[in-house]
Amino acid sequence: MTEPLLSLRQLDAGYGDFQALFNVSFDIATGSVTALIGANGAGKSTLLRAIVGLVRAKPQMVRYCGEPIGGLSPDRIARRGVALVPEGRRLFRSLSVEENLVIGGECGRPGPWSLKAVYSLFPVLRERRRNPGTALSGGQQQMVAIGRALMSNPELILFDEISLGLAPVVIKDIYAALPAIIATGVSAVIVEQDVTRALGIAHRFVCLQEGKVSLQGDPAAVGRHDITAAYFGM
Amino acid sequence: MSSTSIGLDIKGTAMSSAYAIERSTPTSRVAAIMALVLVAGLIAAPWWAGRANLRLLGEIYTFVALSSLWNLLAGYTGLVSVGQQAFVGLGGYTLFGLTIFTGVPPLVAVALAGVIGGAGALLLAPLLFRLQGAYFAIGTWVAAEVFRLSFAQVAALGGGSGTSLPTAIVVSIAADRSLREGLIYWSALALTLVALGFVIALLRSRTGLALTAIRDSEIASESCGINIAWTKILVYVATAAISTMVGALIFLQKLRISPEAAFSVNDWTAFVIFIVVIGGIGTIEGPLVGTLVFFALRETLANLGTTYLLILGAVAIVVMLKAPKGLWGVVADRFGIALVPIRRQVKTR
Amino acid sequence: MDWVNAIAQGILLGGLYALFAAGLSLIFGVMRLVNIAHGDLIVAAAYLALTIVQITGLHPFAAAIIVVPLMALFGYILQRLLLNPTLGKDFLSPLLVTFGLSVILQNGLLAGFTADSRRLSAGAIETASFDIMPGLTLGALPLLMFVVAVAVIAGLEVIFSRTSLGRAFRATSDDAEIAQLMALDHHHVYGLAMALSAGIVAIAGIFLAIRTNFDPASGPARLIFGFEAVIIGGLGNLWGTLAGGVVLGVSQTLGAQISPGWQLLAGHLVFFLVLGLRPRGLFPRMD
Ligand SMILES: Nc1ncnc2c1ncn2[C@@H]1O[C@H](COP(=O)(O)OP(=O)(O)OP(=O)(O)O)[C@@H](O)[C@H]1O
Ligand SMILES: [Mg+2]
Repeated sequence: MTEPLLSLRQLDAGYGDFQALFNVSFDIATGSVTALIGANGAGKSTLLRAIVGLVRAKPQMVRYCGEPIGGLSPDRIARRGVALVPEGRRLFRSLSVEENLVIGGECGRPGPWSLKAVYSLFPVLRERRRNPGTALSGGQQQMVAIGRALMSNPELILFDEISLGLAPVVIKDIYAALPAIIATGVSAVIVEQDVTRALGIAHRFVCLQEGKVSLQGDPAAVGRHDITAAYFGM
Repeated sequence: MSSTSIGLDIKGTAMSSAYAIERSTPTSRVAAIMALVLVAGLIAAPWWAGRANLRLLGEIYTFVALSSLWNLLAGYTGLVSVGQQAFVGLGGYTLFGLTIFTGVPPLVAVALAGVIGGAGALLLAPLLFRLQGAYFAIGTWVAAEVFRLSFAQVAALGGGSGTSLPTAIVVSIAADRSLREGLIYWSALALTLVALGFVIALLRSRTGLALTAIRDSEIASESCGINIAWTKILVYVATAAISTMVGALIFLQKLRISPEAAFSVNDWTAFVIFIVVIGGIGTIEGPLVGTLVFFALRETLANLGTTYLLILGAVAIVVMLKAPKGLWGVVADRFGIALVPIRRQVKTR
Repeated sequence: MDWVNAIAQGILLGGLYALFAAGLSLIFGVMRLVNIAHGDLIVAAAYLALTIVQITGLHPFAAAIIVVPLMALFGYILQRLLLNPTLGKDFLSPLLVTFGLSVILQNGLLAGFTADSRRLSAGAIETASFDIMPGLTLGALPLLMFVVAVAVIAGLEVIFSRTSLGRAFRATSDDAEIAQLMALDHHHVYGLAMALSAGIVAIAGIFLAIRTNFDPASGPARLIFGFEAVIIGGLGNLWGTLAGGVVLGVSQTLGAQISPGWQLLAGHLVFFLVLGLRPRGLFPRMD
């Protein structure tokens, strides 16, 4: 078997004295889509933040392309090709839509994604490209946040709460864009409140419960009942 | 000196049957007894200390007072002022002005300086409080500059070159020199105790606990039941009033005043800030410890001249970077002691 | 006619104040840092220029080729070593560290150069002037200072709005955490901002050294003038800062018309007046 793109090994992480993740281990294969599910406060965001370096981890706890990256600074990890679409989008408010996209590509990694490619994925952004990023609707802002992450031509893209707070039609648009993104060969982790939807497009799932992995596997092979139990801790 | 009336409004003793809320600890009780002995000894200083030492003690008191007050502002209330020399200088000039022009006795003028300082702060506050954080700090500095430049325009007080306190006024305190110096010394001691008492009483009050909680961001300011904007103004004004009295006493000790000396940012703010930072910002004991360190360094390094200030500035920066809670913070964390207990501790019976 | 002259001189003086203010405003915009040592850095740059002119015999303006990069390098190192560790929590630690730095710079300069006041000679340009109309004469040097101030502010505007460095500044200022995910090392970005600020400080220092006598204690007043220009003009608006500098400069020269003792006082009082009437400054940024 080939080496996984990312592997977490006994990852412990938290905020100061508060430990939010305990002994988390799983692999992400190149080109795969992983659904990361769990109740509120289970530690999903913390896990993504630990991967991108915003939450500290020990070197060997996070391995990327076979190299330990735990504890590297976020800008270094970003340069290696890991991108995060953060919870709440967090666009730069004093940058226009286009500048938000351009700054995502600043690290100069080569690949299929460019302003043109992002605009053809989300045509509405081209019309609004001169607006401040924060002047857009929630769904359009999420498109900018996704585009911004894609602009770095990542090998691994992490979506935190990809559809939180968006109208159903917009959620459909966002999910419609996902296959095109994944088709470029990028691996993805998707954190999603709507478990059914997430499991629907994922090759694998990881369920967190109170900071620990309570279940992981192939969504098609594991029964709905078991997943519910792992999710709620019953 | 009505400021001490903002006192305790929660009793430090038992509440329910299963728990006792206590503020004092064995260490703090010992410390309190030792403090009483110390104060008694200091009151008696005119009988056991020489003239030079008496002056030194007087100077130490004024720095204890100024640094405790600045600490209350910066360490608890979030109001960082680099313009406290405005009030020290105002106090000095109030003393000189009142005694020279209106014949008010000097020690009465010191007390009146508190009123003038408080009024001045009350007038400035609406303007300065429009500035946030560090900009507030520079704003206070501008205010001090306005005071300095204005007093330099008063020809009757010597204009830019300043003036001395006429002998007749000095002698009016007491004809006998030792008695006079004793009286000034006791006033300085008393005023410092008032300043310390005010700071401790305020921090122990509900308002003070709320300020501490907001500082430590344990709670949001809206939820603590005090009006934070007014509290800040109150603390600023009260601190200014006492600082102005301290300033009046400082220049009663010096007997000479000039705009440069009265509104010196180095003497009345830089030293004070270094004292608090080195001693431990946001702790009651910090300013006391810092003052002792400051005077110990000064007595040993004074002949280094400007290098002394260089060293002091460097020490303050290192402390700020490496031990932001200062010397006292390091000691308190290591040994878990508090000489002046502010926080209540819940004890199971 | 004296009054017209005073106003004209005040406007040009405002250019110098805008130079004092621009660096201050820049780093506040990028990292919410208020550098209490800003004025002392200006004075340190003045001494650096003086030293370089003495050693090399260069014209003060030519010395800028050395002073500006040296100060920028110093700014970068200062930021990385001393200031970055204080950022993030509250405003207290950076404030106190820069305050300590201010005292260190003043006393370091005092130890190195004594308390004597110094001045840098720029030769013929100091006495050159243009007669605009009878009774109104503008000095070549003040004019040049004003033009340079306008150029510096225009340059900053271009950097901020058009370049990737400016984008990095704005993004880091908006959200330093997410900016890191854009492969921006915020410590480096802050270092660059301080370097840019110190480069402007160097220009301001050279002009200061040519225009007036200076001594190691001249720094705080420059900080205060710069600060007043920022607040009068409105936070976060560079052209506003230029206008703030002009308002301050005119207030001072008009005050000096009344009586020499009123020069600085008038500036401070106008500052408080603006603070009272327009707390967000005369030209607040729209947002
Ligand atoms: N900045 C922080 N400081 C301290 N604790 C935090 C911080 N952020 C999150 N936590 C705690 O860490 C735990 C995990 O939080 P996390 O945000 O990772 O959960 P989550 O699974 O993403 O939840 P949600 O579905 O609500 O987004 C929670 O108990 C939370 O309170
Ligand atoms: Mg989350």
